[in-house]
Amino acid sequence: MSISQEDVEKVALLARLAIAPSDLPEVTERFGRVLQLVNELNTIDTEGVAPMSNPHDMVQRLRPDVVTGGDEREALMASAPQQDRGYFLVPKVID
Amino acid sequence: MVDSAVLHASVSELHGMLTQRQISSEELTQAFLERIDLLNGKLNAVVTVCAEQALNDARRADKRLSRGKATMLTGIPLLHKDIFCTQGIRTTCGSRMLEQFIPAYDATVVAKLKTAGVVMLGKCNMDEFAMGSSNETSFFGTVKNPWDTQCVPGGSSGGSAAALAAGMATLVTGTDTGGSIRQPASLCGITGLKPTYGRVSRLGIIAFASSLDQAGPMARSAADCAHMLTAMSGLDAGDSTSADLAVPDFFSELSGDVAGLRIGLPREYFNDDLDSSVRAQVMSALSQLEKAGAQLIDIDLPHSHYAIATYYVLAPAEASANLARYDGVRFGYRCADPADLEDLYLRSRSEGFGEEVQRRILVGTYALSAGFYDAYFNKAQQVRRVITDDFRKAFQSVDVIAGPSAPGIAFRFGAKQQDPIAMYMEDIYTLAVNLAGLPGLSAPAGLINGMPVGLQLIGKPFEESTILNAAHRLQLDTDWHLARPPIEEWQP
Repeated sequence: MSISQEDVEKVALLARLAIAPSDLPEVTERFGRVLQLVNELNTIDTEGVAPMSNPHDMVQRLRPDVVTGGDEREALMASAPQQDRGYFLVPKVID
Repeated sequence: MVDSAVLHASVSELHGMLTQRQISSEELTQAFLERIDLLNGKLNAVVTVCAEQALNDARRADKRLSRGKATMLTGIPLLHKDIFCTQGIRTTCGSRMLEQFIPAYDATVVAKLKTAGVVMLGKCNMDEFAMGSSNETSFFGTVKNPWDTQCVPGGSSGGSAAALAAGMATLVTGTDTGGSIRQPASLCGITGLKPTYGRVSRLGIIAFASSLDQAGPMARSAADCAHMLTAMSGLDAGDSTSADLAVPDFFSELSGDVAGLRIGLPREYFNDDLDSSVRAQVMSALSQLEKAGAQLIDIDLPHSHYAIATYYVLAPAEASANLARYDGVRFGYRCADPADLEDLYLRSRSEGFGEEVQRRILVGTYALSAGFYDAYFNKAQQVRRVITDDFRKAFQSVDVIAGPSAPGIAFRFGAKQQDPIAMYMEDIYTLAVNLAGLPGLSAPAGLINGMPVGLQLIGKPFEESTILNAAHRLQLDTDWHLARPPIEEWQP
């Protein structure tokens, strides 16, 4: 199965990536080559095989729902590109 | 003045010198900082040097040594791959996205090694978000292989491997999602171990593909890796996938005895596609182990061929989910003058991520999108089980599986950069080990045209000791791991 430039643009929007129009043919071509590689999976019969998401088939360990960490708000907010009084700043969303 | 031999000494040798006060950790640290200063302009292996903090750590280590409270690693200089969060120290993951990121906490691996008393010299260059096999995807420029500066060091832990080979640290950390410890270890002539999935906590390691990522030691020998692995391993409440298993003292398990050890040679690895000079070196290493009493047995891993296709669905899918957090709002790169929120997301991500990272996000998003989930993601998870079952069956008749670590020696810059598939093939012998969650290591197996080549040893889950011991035997009987790059020849 090949992929079209329109398909790539659609996926790019889902992933919130902007592809410059001039790059689109090459991005599509290389994307197509990766898809061609992974399409090899269609040649193996996996009828009845359970999907594996953890290599040891480990089940999720649960812990008591209690606060363990301290208040690190200030340290974590320091990484924000733009902030004001404990809020992340973004461009205006509502007119 | 410190003898330059200490730059290539083992942990045991340095520990002896430190405890007998023949050298202080401060002197040792100073010697390594000078070495980094001397060589990094050429190699670009280190992206951040923490000289002041390292010297403070070293003085603290010297006090601990004088009180007789030292561990094997106290006062030993180390470099971390720049994927491990270090509190107060920039952690870039090789990306423009995190060029200015200063973590508020230490990764568990960093904290554990700190507790053991290592001295952190700085942070190593790497492929962007650990996606690459040549270190050519780093935002901070390529790393040069100290064996031949026209060639790549491998990746993604290429800065770590190059720094260690060049004597810029005694120990380095790496991470391995599809071969990122073993392939650069092979290309730079060092020993590197990817532990069993779950052996080492992933807390504070910038996530790539969470069901595949593992951190591990890279060092001059299996013995040094063993010391380091003991300090790095263990259950961590902060990583629910970390294994609730006792951690052995891996060094004390190195008996050097391989009599009766059954080593499986998969026909699928030693087929006609394998480069003949790589085969010759790998077989020469295996015949050393045979001489020491191991048995070599031909085995089959019939679905090996599917590892690449499986990996290049699962790893990008997990990456696309993990990297969704980089939105230009909470941390990381933000584009200039966004027109609106959508523009902020789109441009911050497109400007902040490099080409290979964007390609994998696209492929992963596609594989997880409506209509394709079953055909790609679910199917790949099924094939993952088939591949894992191959290993399980093989391990009923052998103790260790052996093969090459990489298909060849280090290649020249640009040789594979234009073709993503050619680059992906670098990990053809390592990917399946991550899919199956097994421990695997690469140990030096001699040189081809003056360039290192690695032997890969794969173990049963949580049996790191078995493969470390086999590599240790090899290193008792050969001196391949002691070979050094011809750095003195290219110094001005």
